[in-house]
Amino acid sequence: MQRMINRLTASLDFHTQALQLRADRQRVIASNIANADTPGYQARDFDFAAALRQATGVNSGNLGGSSGGRSGGMASNLGADIAANVMGRGLGGSSNAAVHLQYARPSQTSADSNTVDMDRERASFVDNSVNYEATLRFLNGSVRTMLDAMKSPNQG
Amino acid sequence: MSMLRIFDVAGSAVSAQSQRLNVVASNLANVDTVATPDGTPYKARQVVFQTLMLGAQQATAGVQVSAITESSEPGRRVRDPAHPNADAEGYVTYSNVSAVDEMVNMMSASRSYQNNIEVMNTARSLLLKTLQIGQG
Repeated sequence: MQRMINRLTASLDFHTQALQLRADRQRVIASNIANADTPGYQARDFDFAAALRQATGVNSGNLGGSSGGRSGGMASNLGADIAANVMGRGLGGSSNAAVHLQYARPSQTSADSNTVDMDRERASFVDNSVNYEATLRFLNGSVRTMLDAMKSPNQG
Repeated sequence: MSMLRIFDVAGSAVSAQSQRLNVVASNLANVDTVATPDGTPYKARQVVFQTLMLGAQQATAGVQVSAITESSEPGRRVRDPAHPNADAEGYVTYSNVSAVDEMVNMMSASRSYQNNIEVMNTARSLLLKTLQIGQG
């Protein structure tokens, strides 16, 4: 029975991980925007594709479409370099994998050594929200498909 | 729900920016304040922002105003012997506020304020949509 439930929810797991990472990234970008005027603040971000690959264990080849391709080891394949990095623990708290946060390279230097580029942050923010919403729709689609499958034929 | 922290982050930024606007307002209000012959004139004030780490999570960085500093530049001196607050040489010392600097500061603060409000609105709408997973 447990196994069957796993099968049913396997397709949800991938999108759940993606959604979690999108939420994390949204928060990181929000921190950058909040600190746009703080002297000495270094803008941060992370490589979403790499983080998702690491969180789900899916290779880049079938990252796009698949739900079934999760190969088990969630956080087990964390590289030592990542573990030893700034992060230490999971960025999201609840997410299993630690996200490898990086510092943005400033496009223009500023006197107060703040490296937030507002144009880039705004663009990333919008891009990330659209992607978050897309992931949300995928997830919603799977949930609804599953609910439809559970209904009896004469239930409408 | 790591997105909920966005409200803390953007909220701290909005409050810091509004404090900055407050300081700008008081500087602008005192742009023509004169010093009494024995007293010191109004000094332009400036807020100092500092990153405020929220919780144990890295990169959940809010903002706080760590200090409000006073400018040490000399005040504007204008010769006006007839002025009641003129000193022995007939000069009146005004505050050292630069109206142009303050206007620039005000625009920067209001832009940042707007940006953060927008961040909150986006986070809000995404969260509301998240709450509706599997419904209708």
